[in-house]
Amino acid sequence: MSKILIRGAKVLGGEPQDVLIDGETIAEVGNGLSAEGATVVEADGKILLPGLVDLHTHLREPGREDSETVLTGTRAAASGGFTAVFAMANTFPVADTAGVVEQVWRLGKESGYCDVQPIGAVTVGLEGKQLSELGAMHDSAAGVTVFSDDGKCVDDAVIMRRALEYVKAFGGVVAQHAQEPRLTEGAQMNEGIVSAELGLGGWPSVAEESIIARDVLLAEHVGSRVHICHLSTAGSVEIVRWAKSRGIDVTAEVTPHHLLLTDELVRSYNPVYKVNPPLRTERDVLALREALADGTIDIVATDHAPHPHEDKDCEWAAAAMGMVGLETALSVVQQTMVETGLLDWAGVAERMSVKPARIGSLEGHGRPIAAGEPANLTLVDSAYRGVVDPAGFASRSRNTPYEGRELPGRVTHTFLRGRATVVDGKLA
Amino acid sequence: MKRHLISAADLTRDDAVLILDTAEEMARVADRPIKKLPTLRGRTVVNLFFEDSTRTRISFEAAAKRLSADVINFSAKGSSVSKGESLKDTALTLEAMGADAVVIRHHASGAPYRLANSGWIDGAVVNAGDGTHEHPTQALLDAFTMRRRLVGRDAGIGQDLSGRRITIVGDVLHSRVARSNVHLLTTLGAEVTLVAPPTLVPVGVGSWPCEVSYDLDAVLPKSDAVMMLRVQRERMNAAFFPTEREYSRRYGLDGDRMAKMPEHAVVMHPGPMNRGMEITAEVADSDRCTAVEQVANGVSTRMAVLYLLLGGSEPAVTTSAATTNNARTEENK
Repeated sequence: MSKILIRGAKVLGGEPQDVLIDGETIAEVGNGLSAEGATVVEADGKILLPGLVDLHTHLREPGREDSETVLTGTRAAASGGFTAVFAMANTFPVADTAGVVEQVWRLGKESGYCDVQPIGAVTVGLEGKQLSELGAMHDSAAGVTVFSDDGKCVDDAVIMRRALEYVKAFGGVVAQHAQEPRLTEGAQMNEGIVSAELGLGGWPSVAEESIIARDVLLAEHVGSRVHICHLSTAGSVEIVRWAKSRGIDVTAEVTPHHLLLTDELVRSYNPVYKVNPPLRTERDVLALREALADGTIDIVATDHAPHPHEDKDCEWAAAAMGMVGLETALSVVQQTMVETGLLDWAGVAERMSVKPARIGSLEGHGRPIAAGEPANLTLVDSAYRGVVDPAGFASRSRNTPYEGRELPGRVTHTFLRGRATVVDGKLA
Repeated sequence: MKRHLISAADLTRDDAVLILDTAEEMARVADRPIKKLPTLRGRTVVNLFFEDSTRTRISFEAAAKRLSADVINFSAKGSSVSKGESLKDTALTLEAMGADAVVIRHHASGAPYRLANSGWIDGAVVNAGDGTHEHPTQALLDAFTMRRRLVGRDAGIGQDLSGRRITIVGDVLHSRVARSNVHLLTTLGAEVTLVAPPTLVPVGVGSWPCEVSYDLDAVLPKSDAVMMLRVQRERMNAAFFPTEREYSRRYGLDGDRMAKMPEHAVVMHPGPMNRGMEITAEVADSDRCTAVEQVANGVSTRMAVLYLLLGGSEPAVTTSAATTNNARTEENK
């Protein structure tokens, strides 16, 4: 097997060290390691992280291959430094059977750019009425442990309670898209000062917070763990903080865009800023950053949501909700968390690799950078500054809110089990 | 003035006064035996209506025709739009046909903004009502009506509405008329009070430059004009208010309530009125109600807007448009 020597990398942002990869495994970490027989990657002070793990990716296949496929989505993931992604279940057909999750899992294997762990739908057809065959999906080759109706909320309290209980049998977790449906009928953007002026239907914070409050109490009552997708409000942070202080087994994610962007951008009526949950206010953004720093929010997840151009090149109300995020996630986290002094690189690794792998029970990812561990690694040039140009994306879709914006940092190398998927910033 | 009229907030005080003054000039044309000016001859105005609105459409049509523009009415019903053609493709089609101005009515808030700012068309865009966002020409004709009634037809020239107290009553949450009026009336120096049940006031209204009250009776004696908004009966099904009768009792304007207004104060309504709901027949048909006058003023005001956007300050454009027009005529032969 081939050897790769990464020379002079700041492991988790620490002092420069050499990391020797032998085959699929990290063979040695130290100083002055021999390059004999190895391909040398001069890290030159770049940051070395464990391969990033995204707990929330929409790969769109099967069904919407016009916006993304497993292949293009995993290429985008590798470009962004990810070595594993969890594929959301809202495909066509919905990933609510062993057959569909195995199909996605197999497509992931064939892509070779990063590991694809399918998420199974909690309810049949995401309709919130009848539980999917959760056990069958878990027992399938795909080995599903994360279940979510993401895109829709499991709003029926009894169905949610049963799902939380049922997946305990095999160590599963329900990832809730917290959105009270009646409070968000016709919702187009965050309800507040901007929506009042623009005359767009409001998506109130309380529609998210009330579901989170209910679900942490349900999780406590039945002794289950629950994961909250894309938490977006200051009030949600308070509820999760309270739940954790009470010992409730809750984890939560925040997206990069909710760490950076606010609903003021909607004044342009440009649907590239249309996303669910919606962009909130500056106050929410600051609360989310603080919560990610103090551990109230456990992880960053992209909610990478590709859409074809025609679904965004239209009037606001007609546009699809969602943003691509895999290829800009780490840069946004660097800008909002590292360069603000809220997190160091070890903290970034914890929130973008270690914990998402743990929440999703994903083996072989989010591991320490140490001898004997799988060589899933990401090398980041944190000194880089560049303007986002979606034309250069590996994703099939271009619906990024960061076009033309300068963001720091760039993934120069990604290694999936010792094999380079990205070299010098380009897909291998 | 800006190139488009998307929001009443786009207008400065001087812009707005200029439009109102120009509208007075236009109104004089309506008093002549021949109600037509040659100003926009050879220019094409497209009325692009994605939502039914006969009243607003014919008002714009009359305005454009009195200025001698060619008018194309494009209604979404029975057109390719209802077959799934996008706003963008419709816009590109109109652009190819050489529209100098597009007057757009759309059910989606922000559609005129997108039309004006997405590079799809070059012509001027006039917002004729978008979703629950804005309806700036309605606000202009309302301001025109108020200035005439409260300041005077001749005395009003060059004047704004400083110090006038305007009350807007009804479904503010879903009203584009209310949003545009709050912007424009404030710009013109008026003090605006919104009156509605709390369910029909948007969250976030606190940042608007106006007062909010839930008590109509307390506000009426302090009002120079009271604008009644149309309230859709279906709103009670979404629990915005319990019943029509309760709404009428608390927020409807009847003869008794009108008597609480100062003698000079007027009652306004953008139409169409729900008689018996937000306004009784007694009030609607009284001399103090300006609803019909507002319709007439709408034509003058829209003439002023089209004139100022298309011809008022750029004679050079008229020349080039005429050239283009000739070329097109050649093609057609």
